[in-house]
Amino acid sequence: MAGAVVGKPNAEAAKRPRKRRRLKVAHPERCIGCLSCMFACSRINTGRASLERSAIRIKTQGGIEGDPIVVVCHACEDPACVRACPTGALSRKEDGGVVFDRDLCDGCGRCVDACLIGAISLDSEGKAVKCKHCGACVAFCPHDVLKLIEVD
Amino acid sequence: MLRRVLYIDLTRGESWVEEKHDLFEEWLGGTGVATQLLLKEAPEGVDPLSPDAPIIFSIGPLSTMFPAMTKTVAQFKSPLTGELGECYAGGRLAMAMRFAGHESIVIKGRAERPCYISIENDTVRIRDATSIWGIGAARVGVILRDVEKGVGRRSIIRIGPAGERMVRYASVVVDTYRHFGRLGLGAVFGSKNLKAIVISGTEDVAIPDPRRYREVYNRIYRMVVQTDAMEKYHDLGTPMNVNVLNQLKGLPTRNFQSSSFAEAENISGERLAEEYLFRRVSCAHCPIGCIHVAMLKTAFTPHHEFEVRRVSYDYEPIYSLGSNLGVTSAEGVLELIDTCERLGLDAMSTGVVLSWATEAYEKDLITPQETLGVPLQWNNVKGYIKAMENIVAAPNEFYAALARGVEFAASRYGGTDFAMALGGNEVSGYHTGPASIVGQLVGVRHSHLDNAGYSIDQSAAKKQLDPGAMVDQIIREDDSRSVFNSLVGCLFARGVYTEENIIDALGSVGITKSKEELTELGRKIFMEKYRFKTREGFDLSKARIPRRFFETVSTLGRIDPETVEKMIALYRERRGWV
Repeated sequence: MAGAVVGKPNAEAAKRPRKRRRLKVAHPERCIGCLSCMFACSRINTGRASLERSAIRIKTQGGIEGDPIVVVCHACEDPACVRACPTGALSRKEDGGVVFDRDLCDGCGRCVDACLIGAISLDSEGKAVKCKHCGACVAFCPHDVLKLIEVD
Repeated sequence: MLRRVLYIDLTRGESWVEEKHDLFEEWLGGTGVATQLLLKEAPEGVDPLSPDAPIIFSIGPLSTMFPAMTKTVAQFKSPLTGELGECYAGGRLAMAMRFAGHESIVIKGRAERPCYISIENDTVRIRDATSIWGIGAARVGVILRDVEKGVGRRSIIRIGPAGERMVRYASVVVDTYRHFGRLGLGAVFGSKNLKAIVISGTEDVAIPDPRRYREVYNRIYRMVVQTDAMEKYHDLGTPMNVNVLNQLKGLPTRNFQSSSFAEAENISGERLAEEYLFRRVSCAHCPIGCIHVAMLKTAFTPHHEFEVRRVSYDYEPIYSLGSNLGVTSAEGVLELIDTCERLGLDAMSTGVVLSWATEAYEKDLITPQETLGVPLQWNNVKGYIKAMENIVAAPNEFYAALARGVEFAASRYGGTDFAMALGGNEVSGYHTGPASIVGQLVGVRHSHLDNAGYSIDQSAAKKQLDPGAMVDQIIREDDSRSVFNSLVGCLFARGVYTEENIIDALGSVGITKSKEELTELGRKIFMEKYRFKTREGFDLSKARIPRRFFETVSTLGRIDPETVEKMIALYRERRGWV
């Protein structure tokens, strides 16, 4: 289980001048379907144990007999979710990332429809769950499936 | 905390939820709570296969909150032993129950015709299952995945034909590759006309002190993935034991006639990992991934056309369907495991029943007429597959007797000296010494996991332990596992969940317990289980020990019956039962 490091992800990188970072599914075929990443996302970002509030999703097809599929936000160049959002809850940051303002979200679900890879969902309160590429999940993947990379 | 019990009455087609704060306050959760529900819901002396016999599922206060807190406990009256039925399964069930908002589920009654239960949060539907009755357990999973909601967060548990036909050691298959294997829960499902349960939910769990929770979580997660506390489950998995026990003369072979197997290497964890293993998967919220899945590829024509089956393997089925049946190839063992999956039979009991039958056939206690021409011979995999199908179909009295377990079959056909059951439950794969025998005999569910006597024997092989010290260790394990099983954690992670870690983890979700309180609770839960056992007729002083145990050399040499007797006497004394 080499490489499973718990703690602040990329603490060193955080000190360097800001470059946009994004999640990458580096080794999808190594996923064992343990869901530790989903629980890390909700635990660290919402203080809850929840699958609904996780912005990363592990999908199974045909139970655990099939291949698990890791679904994360692609950090698109021209994010369809932002264009679809009528309230401004999703907007572009200067560095190119997408920022989500939960208070502005009215739960219309257009972002969910706009994202073909299925990286956005609505939680039980009807608010969008959007990955912010913080890397919380990376630190809790036992098999290095996930990586946090810098975007040029 | 949830503190909610969901009741389902299949006879009346009703369900309701009761909040039971005091119950969970006093008994923590899991097996502690389930035992109280069983004592209350099962009428004294009830027929285990009657509508009045309840099925109880329970999870604990740390379920899905911490790594490896992955199990659900099931309790019922066992149709195999006639007393406490208890077994544990992983998969996604604990998570699904947690997010559906039910810490315990009690199922009573009997549906008029085949049904399955669909639970989504508080909505319970009892649905017709006549169209899937008779279908194998794996296939039923595929069908229900299509017709039910909750993809990615649900759990589907179901029986195969063995459960429907009430084989006394039928299992319940949980999701894929996990089982409520032991003591016949599958038969209880069958008796209720209950084919399957699908459960999912969308609740989430708010943490009173998220910061503290994250701190404790990080520490435990680190122990699980970065120390060697769980390494053996991560690498070769439990089948690592095949070679280890073989060298120690503790690997039951051909119905315990020998404790080492010349062909052990062929069916070892190493061989399986190198040549058959193609994937490892996890229960929900466990980063270990101990579920080892082999690819069994069989040519069905000479033109490179193959059937491919994905078979999960562990040590116990390799012992019971492998060395114990003299099966010399990994393919043979995988075929037999796969047959158990398909039929919904407990692999351990099935192997022990067949090993007794093979020896009884050799000794002419059983005739070819009785076996309907099926050759029950060591290593005859095809014969064994046919015999397993016959156990389920029960075409004659002989196979119907096999379907009631080895204790019953031997009472009809003879050969009790080599009918390898303790407390009526077919034994596990350790001929390590007296602690394994005593541990399974006194254990609440007559399982090697009640108190790990096999592990005490293995310590004794390195450093001598007198019978009193062994008994003390059995008692300590009995009691401490009662606490761990109330949480309900995976026993593979028991090294990670030290008393301190358990107290901290409980504290982080708002439950304050001291070391003394937990110790006392463990003892109390154990005693409550014995209250059920004795109420239903179990008498430790009259329990039978098959003579075969004393004939075959073990890890600790030949076992002296007097040592075992002395240990049982000491055990009863130290439990205050004399």
